[in-house]
Amino acid sequence: MRFMRGAALALVMLGLMQGPAAWAQQKFITVASTTSTEQSGLFKHMLPIFEKKTGIQVRVVAQGTGQALDMGRRGDADVVFVHDKVAEEKFVADGFGVKRFEVMYNDFVLVGPKSDPAKIAGTKDIVAGYQKIAATKAPFASRGDKSGTHAAELRLWKTAAIDPQTGKGSWYRETGSGMGPTLNTASSMNAYSFTDRGTWLSFKNRGDLVIVVEGDQKLFNQYGIMLVNPAKHAHVKKEMGQAFVDWVVSAEGQKAIADYKIGADQLFFPNAKR
Amino acid sequence: MNSLGEAFGAAWRLIAGFDTELAQVVGLSLQVSLIAVVIATLIGLPIGAMIAVERFRGRQTLIVLLNALMGLPPVVVGLVVYLLLSRAGPLGNLGILFTPTAMVFAQAVLITPIIAALSRQTIEDAWREYDEQLRSLGARRLNAAMTLIWDTRFSLLTIVLAGFGRAAAEVGAVMIVGGNIDGVTRVMTTAIALETSKGDLPLALGLGIVLVTLVIVLNALAAVIREMALRRYG
Amino acid sequence: MLPLELDQLTFSAGTAAIIRGISARIEAGPRSVILGPNGAGKSVLMRLCHGLLTPTGGRIVWHGAVNGGKSGDVRRHQAMVFQRPVMLRRSALANVIYGLKLAGKSSSQAELRAMDVLEVVGLAQHAERPARVLSGGEQQRLALARAWALGPDVLFLDEPTANLDPASTQDIENIINAIHASGTKIIMTTHNLGQARRLGDEILFISNGRLMEHTPIDRFFKQPASAEAAIFIKGEMP
Repeated sequence: MRFMRGAALALVMLGLMQGPAAWAQQKFITVASTTSTEQSGLFKHMLPIFEKKTGIQVRVVAQGTGQALDMGRRGDADVVFVHDKVAEEKFVADGFGVKRFEVMYNDFVLVGPKSDPAKIAGTKDIVAGYQKIAATKAPFASRGDKSGTHAAELRLWKTAAIDPQTGKGSWYRETGSGMGPTLNTASSMNAYSFTDRGTWLSFKNRGDLVIVVEGDQKLFNQYGIMLVNPAKHAHVKKEMGQAFVDWVVSAEGQKAIADYKIGADQLFFPNAKR
Repeated sequence: MNSLGEAFGAAWRLIAGFDTELAQVVGLSLQVSLIAVVIATLIGLPIGAMIAVERFRGRQTLIVLLNALMGLPPVVVGLVVYLLLSRAGPLGNLGILFTPTAMVFAQAVLITPIIAALSRQTIEDAWREYDEQLRSLGARRLNAAMTLIWDTRFSLLTIVLAGFGRAAAEVGAVMIVGGNIDGVTRVMTTAIALETSKGDLPLALGLGIVLVTLVIVLNALAAVIREMALRRYG
Repeated sequence: MLPLELDQLTFSAGTAAIIRGISARIEAGPRSVILGPNGAGKSVLMRLCHGLLTPTGGRIVWHGAVNGGKSGDVRRHQAMVFQRPVMLRRSALANVIYGLKLAGKSSSQAELRAMDVLEVVGLAQHAERPARVLSGGEQQRLALARAWALGPDVLFLDEPTANLDPASTQDIENIINAIHASGTKIIMTTHNLGQARRLGDEILFISNGRLMEHTPIDRFFKQPASAEAAIFIKGEMP
């Protein structure tokens, strides 16, 4: 009995040791990106190609755009890969990023219940769609979380000359969370919601929701990538980080992005400048 | 109830299919929480024992504080540890943020008060029973503490398991300091949170079933050990 | 170690005075029985002598050293058996060895001595059994064995058979006599007159925290000097 206990303990200790040993080995970079990008499945598709080629493991921490940029400012990431051009340009201008490169775009769509209480279906004009929602006070679920998607949503309300806060507490619902949870809420409330196509295509809990508005130029969603400035944070892995940035905008990286499909649908459209 | 049925189906498919990703996530969950509870025990048990047998100024205050710390919200611990380990923070140079090491650290911080407070109570109860006899035999404080720890070992085992359960079940701390990185810091609880937010509820529930089953199995094992031990040692 | 001298010993717990100024001189040799009604302070007195409690006044002098000198040193030559035996969660043999290891014996020495003592008290066949599964009487015998193994100059016993049946009580009393025969001073409390008569050579009668009498046993029972003792012997006090 005593021997068995000792042996069992030794085995457990041995097993536990595997953990820390393995954790220490890898060469890797940390990329701050957004939940919508990760949840679309793009990283799972394209990162293994880069890792195989260079042996560098890419560790993606997915949050909202605002948090991702904060991570870059704090120096907790080597590369930032988000979709909010204005915020990104400020990031570089403030000296936290080295240079901004355009990578790809996808589009936003407006989803809503099949019953379509605001009678929007059929229009390609997102601004008109928003105005109808406000007019009919149809329920609308917003992310409300400082994300790139949220920023885009707000810009469109502004273009429509509507202040959604007037609907706060009645038809305009801010969930303060990521795209998935917001869609969950919209699905259970039968509300309209503003989402990126990527998340929508891989979202499984649609309920009665369908796409009601798509294709408007204003729904264009541009992604940018930046190396965190080693001048501000000396420990940034600048060679490996730069290698990743270079690869993403290279022909090979851009092809990997274009190749990513869900079913027959391509989610992201590479547009890096050569 | 459709979701529940789908969930069991999803859980079964995961387990039966020996899904490698699931295996990795489960393995990491166990590793992180086990190492955390070992560290928490190595620190918390001696603290609990010493407070139980020593008498000193401010002892009651310390006990109240320790008991209160058992209720530390995991997300708060996660936030504080994150600020400590961030490059912008005091321990940033360690560079362990977003690694399993940070997760172990955060969980150890979370569970140490639990181990300390509960073992303090257990050992103090035993001390009351053994106090005079041990002193009569000539045991000094340190020896008495160690003797008590050994004598209450089965109750202490239950406490360690409670600590492990708390660690394995929490999501707030590991999410913030680990970042839920695919293949690196994704554990059961953060995977469940992710699948939920992606709307894949059956899969999330399935993972949840796997997690709960694991914890039940571990506790059942502990109950068996206690039974055997009680029968042998009285 | 002996004689043990108590000089105006007092002990209070909070505002309650439990021992109110006891002076006595206990010599080596005779089996001393501390007798008295419940609540008289017998147990507290024992614990004071053994060093488990600190007096609030007065002195305890062992063979010339005040308050026992360094309490650790003095206690090494004493042992105590309590009313309820406190056994560790380990085998009977291991319990006896525990005390011996504390006293500095090596593992092999301790094991030999422990087995010897277990033989004498008739527990050798239970040596490997968990101490806690033994019966009350067996555990108390074990407690005696554990104390005896240390080879103390003085053995304190606090109502050792109060919880035992008559058969076990007799076993215990026999062992106590054997220990006495081997040269250890016995100081014991009881409120059982029969036991006092069987085991006592001299009586210290305590009532209400005061030492009423300190006399050889025959004289105590034939001609008690105090009214309280007389009433106690007649069986009217609890």
